[in-house]
Amino acid sequence: MSTQAHGHSGTQAPSFLRKYIFSTDHKTIGIQFLFTSLIMLFIGGLLAMLIRWQLGWPGRALPFMEKLAPEGMPGGVMLPEYYNMLFTMHGSIMIFFAIIPLLVGVFGNYLIPLKIGAPDMAFPRLNMVSYWLVPPAIGIVCAGFFLQGGAAASGWTAYAPLSTTLGPGQVCWIVGVIVLGTSSIMGSVNYLTTVINLRAPGMHFFRLPLSIWALFITAVLVVLATPVLASALILLLLDSTLGTNFFLPAGMIVDGVLQPNSGGQAILWQHLFWFYSHPAVYIMILPAMGIASEILPVFARKPLFGYHSMVYAIMGIAGLGFLVWAHHMFTSGMNPALGTSFMASTMVIAVPSAIKTFNWLGTLWRGSIRFTTPMLHAIAFVAMFVIGGLTGIFAAANAVDLYLHDTYFIVGHLHYVLFGGSLFGIFAGITFWFPKMFGRMMSETLGKVHFALTFVFFNAVMFPMFNLGVAGMPRRIYDYTQYAHLTHVVGMNQMMSISAFILFTAQLLFIVNFFWSLFRGRPAGANPWQANTLEWITPSPPPHGNFATTPTVYHGPYEYSVPGRPKDWLPQTEPAAIPSHS
Amino acid sequence: MCQRYGMSLLAVLVVIGCGGGQPQDAAAKTDRTASPEPAMHLAQAPAQAQPASGGGSAAVNVTVQFEGAAPARTKIKMDADPVCRQQPAAAMESEEVVVNSNGTLKNVFVYVKDGATGTFPTPSTPATLEQSGCWYRPHVFGLQVNQPLDIVNSDATLHNINAKPTTNTPFNIAQPVKGMKTTKKFAKPEVMVKFKCNVHPWMSAYAAVLTHPFFGVSDEQGAAAVIGLPAGTYTLEAWHETYGTQTQTVTVADGETKSVAFTFTAQ
Amino acid sequence: MLIAGCADAAWAQAPAGARIWLPEGASSVAPAIDRLFYIILWITGIVFVAVESVLLVFLVRYRQRPGRRAAYTHGSSLVETIWTVIPALILVWLAFYNQRIWAQVRGTPPPHDLEVGVTGQQFAWNIHYPGADGTFGRTDPALVNDETGNPIGLDRRDPNAADDIVTINQLHLPVHQTVLIHLKSKDVIHSFFVPQFRMKQDAVPGITGRVWIEATKEGQLEIACAELCGLGHYRMRGFLTVESLEAFHAWLAEQLTEQQS
Repeated sequence: MSTQAHGHSGTQAPSFLRKYIFSTDHKTIGIQFLFTSLIMLFIGGLLAMLIRWQLGWPGRALPFMEKLAPEGMPGGVMLPEYYNMLFTMHGSIMIFFAIIPLLVGVFGNYLIPLKIGAPDMAFPRLNMVSYWLVPPAIGIVCAGFFLQGGAAASGWTAYAPLSTTLGPGQVCWIVGVIVLGTSSIMGSVNYLTTVINLRAPGMHFFRLPLSIWALFITAVLVVLATPVLASALILLLLDSTLGTNFFLPAGMIVDGVLQPNSGGQAILWQHLFWFYSHPAVYIMILPAMGIASEILPVFARKPLFGYHSMVYAIMGIAGLGFLVWAHHMFTSGMNPALGTSFMASTMVIAVPSAIKTFNWLGTLWRGSIRFTTPMLHAIAFVAMFVIGGLTGIFAAANAVDLYLHDTYFIVGHLHYVLFGGSLFGIFAGITFWFPKMFGRMMSETLGKVHFALTFVFFNAVMFPMFNLGVAGMPRRIYDYTQYAHLTHVVGMNQMMSISAFILFTAQLLFIVNFFWSLFRGRPAGANPWQANTLEWITPSPPPHGNFATTPTVYHGPYEYSVPGRPKDWLPQTEPAAIPSHS
Repeated sequence: MCQRYGMSLLAVLVVIGCGGGQPQDAAAKTDRTASPEPAMHLAQAPAQAQPASGGGSAAVNVTVQFEGAAPARTKIKMDADPVCRQQPAAAMESEEVVVNSNGTLKNVFVYVKDGATGTFPTPSTPATLEQSGCWYRPHVFGLQVNQPLDIVNSDATLHNINAKPTTNTPFNIAQPVKGMKTTKKFAKPEVMVKFKCNVHPWMSAYAAVLTHPFFGVSDEQGAAAVIGLPAGTYTLEAWHETYGTQTQTVTVADGETKSVAFTFTAQ
Repeated sequence: MLIAGCADAAWAQAPAGARIWLPEGASSVAPAIDRLFYIILWITGIVFVAVESVLLVFLVRYRQRPGRRAAYTHGSSLVETIWTVIPALILVWLAFYNQRIWAQVRGTPPPHDLEVGVTGQQFAWNIHYPGADGTFGRTDPALVNDETGNPIGLDRRDPNAADDIVTINQLHLPVHQTVLIHLKSKDVIHSFFVPQFRMKQDAVPGITGRVWIEATKEGQLEIACAELCGLGHYRMRGFLTVESLEAFHAWLAEQLTEQQS
C-alpha cells in the first residue's frame, strides 16, 4: 500500500487546467475518455448510415453529400473508393476509438480505483498521457479524409499488400493506430499495477467485483497482444514508405508494372494482425461481460451465480483467445492442417462462453428482478451475446466457413458481438454508473424508450445480415446488385437501411437524456442502486482521493438478500456473518 | 483542401496532419450529366480539340513513316465484361502499334521539345478522354498545363481511371455510372502520362502535358501538324509508345509551312 | 428479438422462388457442407430458443413483486459441471464431424481430370488452360502486358505454350470432372468465391494455391472476389460456364482457333 502515500488528500485546489484538462485524477480521465469516445461513436455511426444508404439504394444520389464530400460523392453519388473508405473508417473508428476506449478507457479508469478502494491509479501521470495520446491518434487516422486520395481504404484489417499500395491516408491510419496502441499499453500497465498493488485492506483477489476481474484480464491481453500489433504496423509502415518487403513477395505486378520486391510474405501480416486482433475481440467483450456480471446481481438482488467459475471462465477465454487467431484465416491459403487445429481451439473457447451465459441465467433464477434501464441493457447484452456466440460456431466450423467467410454472415456475427454485446454492455455501464460519475440520475423514461428502440431496430438491422450471408452476399461490396444470385436481396437491404436510420435516430434520445440528466437529473446520493461495491460508499461524484478514509473489505461483492438481514444488500465494508457458500 | 473527402463533422476533431498535404496539382471536379451522351456520338467527334494557337503563323507538317514488317495487332476479346461485348465490334485490336494502309504509323505524338519560349495562355476548352466501348478514345493526345481534362464514361459499366504520372500527382478514380464526367488538371509538364483501367486491363491511353500548344498526333494518314509557331528554330520530338522517341531540328520563318518526316523501323 | 427473428424468418420464407437463403449447390462438396451447415443450424437453433426462452421465463417469473425476496445462493457446482460438460461434448463431436468434411475439401486433392490456372489481378480474373498437351506453358513476369492481351506473361516461344489458352473473366468447366485449380495473384490478395460451389479460396501473391472442384450441375455461374482488393473489388466478377465435356472441348477448340487467327 506504500504507493498510496503520494498524498491526494490535503493538496491545494488544483487550477482549472490541472483539474479538467491535464488532470491526473482517474475519474476526470475516465470522463475525458467518455466524452471523446462517445463523439467517435456518433461519427462512426454517421459513417455507417452512409454505408447503409449505398447498400439500400445503390448508386442513388444523396445531394447534400456533394457539399460535404465533393470527391467521394460527386453529385451525391457515392464512388466505390469512398465506400471503401467509409467501411474502413467505420470499423476503425468503432473498434479503436469507440468501443475499446469506452470499455477499457472509461470503465477501466473510472472504476478500478473506486472499486478496489484506492485513492487513484498507481501511475497517475502515465494515465494522463495515455488519454492525451488518443486525440492525436484520432486526428492522424481521420486526417486521411482531407488528404489527396482520401482516407484509409483497405478495411480495418489493413491486409497487405493492398494496404501498402494506397495513398497517404493509409499511412496516416497506420501511424494513428500505432499511437493509439501506445496509449492502450500505457493504460493497461497502469491498471495491472493498480489492481495488484493498491487494493484496500481485505480486498482479496477473490473479493474483486467481476468488472475489475474482467478489466484486469483485459489489461493482461492488451499488454501481451498490442505490442505485436504495434510491431506489425511498424513493418507495414516500412513496407509502405521505405520500400522494405516484409509483406510483399517477389514477382508482384501492380498496374502492369513488375515490382522490385523479394522475400516478403503476404500472409504474415494476417498472422501478426490477428494475433493481436483476436485477443482484441476479447478486449472488446470481456469488460462488457464484467459489466453485465456486475449489474445483473444488483437488480436481481441476488449473488452472482458461480463467482469463481465466472472468474475462471474469463481467464479461460483470455488464455484460449491467444490460440485461435488463425480462425480468421481458414480461406487464406495457410496449411489445411492449421485449419484443423484452429478449428479445434475455437470450438474449445465456446465452452467458457457457454459457462458465462448459463451463470447469468442462474443469477436471474429466483431473483427479484428490477427492470431499470441499466438492467434492461445488461439483459439485452446476455440475449444478444448468445446470438453472437452461437453464430460464431458456424464460422468456427471451417468447412462451413469456406462458404460463409467474408460474407454478410460474418458482418452479422461481429455486430451481434460488438453492438449486441459490447455496446449494450456500454449502455448498461453508462446508465448504471452515470449517477456516480455526475451525481445525478438519468431519466428512466427516456432511458427505457431509448433501450426499446435500440433493441428492436438493432435486431432489425443486424439479424437479416445472417440471411444475406447465407445467400452468399460478400461483405465490403459497393454494389451487390450486379451479381445474379443477389438481385433479389435489394428489398431486404432497404428494410435494413431504414431500420438503421431509425436505430441511429434513436441514439439522439440517449444524447438528450445524457445532457438533460447532467444538469437536471434528480440528485443521486451515494448509493442510488443499493449496491454493495466500494464505489457506492463514497459520495457521488466522489471527491479527489475517492475515500475519506481507506475502506476495509470484509467479504465478496455480491452479498444480496443475505438471509436474516432486514435490508437486501450488504456493502463490502460492512462486517457481517454471512452463511457459508453452498 | 479541407473538403476533399471531408466530412464536416470530422473538422471538429483535432486534426494533426502527418506528412502534410500533397501538392494539389490534380484538382478534381466530377459531375454526373443527367442524360448520358450516346457513346458513339462522342467517340466519332474529334475527341481532341486542336491546340490553341501559339500566336505565330508558321507551321510544320509532320509525316511519320514506318519501315519493315508491321507487327500483327493482338485481338482483344471483349467477353471479359458483358457490357463491353455489346459494343459493335466483338473484338478490338490492340493499339500498341498501328501501321496505316499507306505505310505510315498512327498514334505518334509530335511536339516541340525545345525552342518554344514565352508563356502561352491556358486554354479553357477542356481536352476530353472518353471511355467508350471499353476503349479509351483517343489513345494518344496532348494538353496544356492546367488545361481541364474531361474524363467521360460512356459505358454502363465501371471504369477506373488510374493515371500514373511521375512528376504530377497520380490519381486513381472510379466512374461506376454511365455518363459520369470527372475533370482533372495537371500542374506540371510531363511526357507522357499513362492512363489505365484496371477493370478492363487492355485499356490504356497516353497524355502529354505541355506548357505550349505546339503538338499534334499522327492520324490514319500518318500526318500530324504543329501550327501557330512563331518564327524560330525548334527541336521536334516524335514519341511512340513502343518505338520510343526521335528528334529533329526545324527552322521556320513567319508564315512558312515546312514538312518534316520521321521514320520508325520495326524491331 | 424473438419477434424480429420470426419476422425475419417470414421474410426469408415468403417469396418461394426467391428465398434469401443458400443458393442451389452445384459442386460435389456442396451437399456435405450444406449438411454440416444444417446440423449446426439445428444445434444452435435449439440452444438459442432454449436459452432465450429460459431468459424470458425468468424475467417474467422472477420480476420484482412485493413481499418476495430473492433466493440467496452462490451457485451449484453440480449444475455448473453439467452445463460445462454438455456443451463441451457437443462441441467435441462437432469438431470431429467438421474435420471429416474439412479433410475431404481441403485435404490431399483427388486425382484430377483437368488443370486450370486462375490468376487474380486488380480487377480481373485471368484464366489459363494448358491446352491439349496438358502442360502449362512457361510464364514470366517480365512478359506481362495487359494491353496486348498477355496478362499472365505467357512465353509464346515455349513449345508447351503453343496450345495454351488465356481468357479474361471467362472460365469454362466440364461437368462431373475433377478440376485442379492453380490459384495465384499478380498484385494484392483476392479471393475466388463461387457461392454455388460453396467454395472460397484466397489468391495470394507469391503463393500458388491448389484447390480442386467438381461441378455437378451445368449452367451459368459467377465468380465473385471475396477479399477486398481495391476500388474495383465489387466489380471483380468472373463468368463461369459449367457445360458438358463435349461442349467444353468445343469451346476450347473455338478459343484456340480465335487465338491463332
